[in-house]
Amino acid sequence: MRIITGIVGAVDEAWSELRIHRTRVLLSLVGVAVAVAALTGVVALGAMAQQATTESYERQSGRPATLYASAYSMTTETLAPADVRAAFDQVVDRYQITYAGAVGYAASIVQFVGGAQYVSAMTVEPDYATMHRVILSEGRWFTERDAERLAPVIVVNQHFYERIGSPNLATHPTVSLLGDHETVAVIIGVVPASEYEDLSMFLLNSAYLRIAPPSELEYAMPQFEMWVPTDLADQLIELVRRDMSGALGPDVQVDVSRQDYEVWGGGLDPLEPIRMLVLGAAGIVLLLGALGLVNISLVTVRQRIREIGVRRSFGATAGRVFFSVMMESVVGAVVAGVVGVFLAVLLVSNPLVQQSVAPGILDMPAFPIDAALLGLAAATAVGALAGLLPALYAVRVKVIDAIRY
Amino acid sequence: MLDRVTRTVTLPDGRPLEILRGIDLEVAVGDHVSIVGRSGSGKSTLLNLLGLLDTPTSGAIHFDGRPLAELSGGARDRARGRDIGFIFQQFHLLAGRTALENVMTPLLYATGSQFWRRERIATDLLARMGLADRMHSMPEQLSGGEQQRVAIARAIVRQPRLILADEPTGALDIETGANVMALLDDIAEASGAALITITHDPGVAALARRHYRLDRGRLAPVDVNRVLDLAAREVTF
Repeated sequence: MRIITGIVGAVDEAWSELRIHRTRVLLSLVGVAVAVAALTGVVALGAMAQQATTESYERQSGRPATLYASAYSMTTETLAPADVRAAFDQVVDRYQITYAGAVGYAASIVQFVGGAQYVSAMTVEPDYATMHRVILSEGRWFTERDAERLAPVIVVNQHFYERIGSPNLATHPTVSLLGDHETVAVIIGVVPASEYEDLSMFLLNSAYLRIAPPSELEYAMPQFEMWVPTDLADQLIELVRRDMSGALGPDVQVDVSRQDYEVWGGGLDPLEPIRMLVLGAAGIVLLLGALGLVNISLVTVRQRIREIGVRRSFGATAGRVFFSVMMESVVGAVVAGVVGVFLAVLLVSNPLVQQSVAPGILDMPAFPIDAALLGLAAATAVGALAGLLPALYAVRVKVIDAIRY
Repeated sequence: MLDRVTRTVTLPDGRPLEILRGIDLEVAVGDHVSIVGRSGSGKSTLLNLLGLLDTPTSGAIHFDGRPLAELSGGARDRARGRDIGFIFQQFHLLAGRTALENVMTPLLYATGSQFWRRERIATDLLARMGLADRMHSMPEQLSGGEQQRVAIARAIVRQPRLILADEPTGALDIETGANVMALLDDIAEASGAALITITHDPGVAALARRHYRLDRGRLAPVDVNRVLDLAAREVTF
């Protein structure tokens, strides 16, 4: 019971002391609050930047673990793409792989107002969007039913979309794909594009097989992708290779490998150096804040010698005085820490900050609890360190001298 | 009880200075003792020893039948908080805190219901002392008499068994001082607490039932008539 009343009493005293000297406390704690906000904000923004980087990598090379399978003939005999596709489909069925599909690259001549232009095209299947975290700024992605449409559907990038005048997708805008036969394609979606990208588009593999010139199809051997659990990836690489090789015969070389960012050391935070710099600056600000707090606490304790003596005369033990003076600093620093964390949350939740740190992020990470806890822990540690010297000084004061002071 | 207590301090030049010499004093519950003495006679040092704020160089102090030497520092602090109430000449009210907060201060070091009900206890006490309308006033907004009444309330809020008053009227005018002493005497009598008043004012000292004089570190009983005679002649010790 004595311990509980001791702790509650000490916190009560500390809070009352902070309330009385609020201006002094406020000024001394501004540095701590700013440093905690910087510390917490940097950790949170780092997590956001990391997520954005991860998503960017995933858009390029698939989500972990994405397996790539390809096959080519070891002889002069041409390998039929349909045979490879059949072997791949068997594997997907056998191992119940949920997300899989063929990916290929092609170039189409598109008729724009003012002239025709080559546009790079990626031939995909509906699962590609899930496997590569494709985000759309307009419209929708492909579905299985799109394969049945007579007019092929395409998803274009922003530059392509702007080139045709950014029409309303609800009006089913079309473009002409030139080649051996002119084909009218319907634009159903738009993906964002960076400033330096050229015009590009996606179209379904099935549609491409229908509209591509036979000369192109002869050599168009797509790659196959599978999104599998990371813990099964190594095992599946061997099984897929074995099964596809078995299905295609000894004259066909089947390569299966994992190429998502996790295997080539991607996923590192590109902002790490900046993050370390800001963390270092936040650490220095925190240290300066702590020094300011020590300085002000020491001066204040010297001014409060008589009060400490009076408190001792009313039964405050040396331990209680030590704890109370320490708690003043800790309570103040923790309050500053909470304010700092709150500022960091405001900063990180700001759409402008989010857009500049992590443009195009799909899965915005929640404010990291560990960052908030780190900020509060740092504030508490600063408070404890800053309170130590004044607390020691307060305990060493002789009661009699203190009352007469 | 003080038994042959001496208190010596070392001067900056290394020489010892004996402030109190062979002090014998026994104070029981309900006693009212006054100690008079000139400035520098050792009154404050004696007060510190009586209030468990200091330890004797030699001799023994028994508190509640237990030798002080047996108590640890923490136990002595807790005993002081529980059983002794201090009233200071300059009131020593805590700045920046209202009268109510000042009276609540000793209860912060209590346990049990005294701690948890501290605001109610302090409010009731201030109301009983006629300060109901001054509870939320800061010390500087109170008159000298009101400040000393708040200081008395703070001293007795934990119902101590010993009240130590160090020049309780020293900062007050004669009339206010007399009122404060009457109040203090009434409170001590009503609560059964022992009251030790250390003063250089013979008029204040004469209000006690037992009287002592401290002279050059030695404590000796003094006849009340002698005290009154001195008071009448307005001679101070």
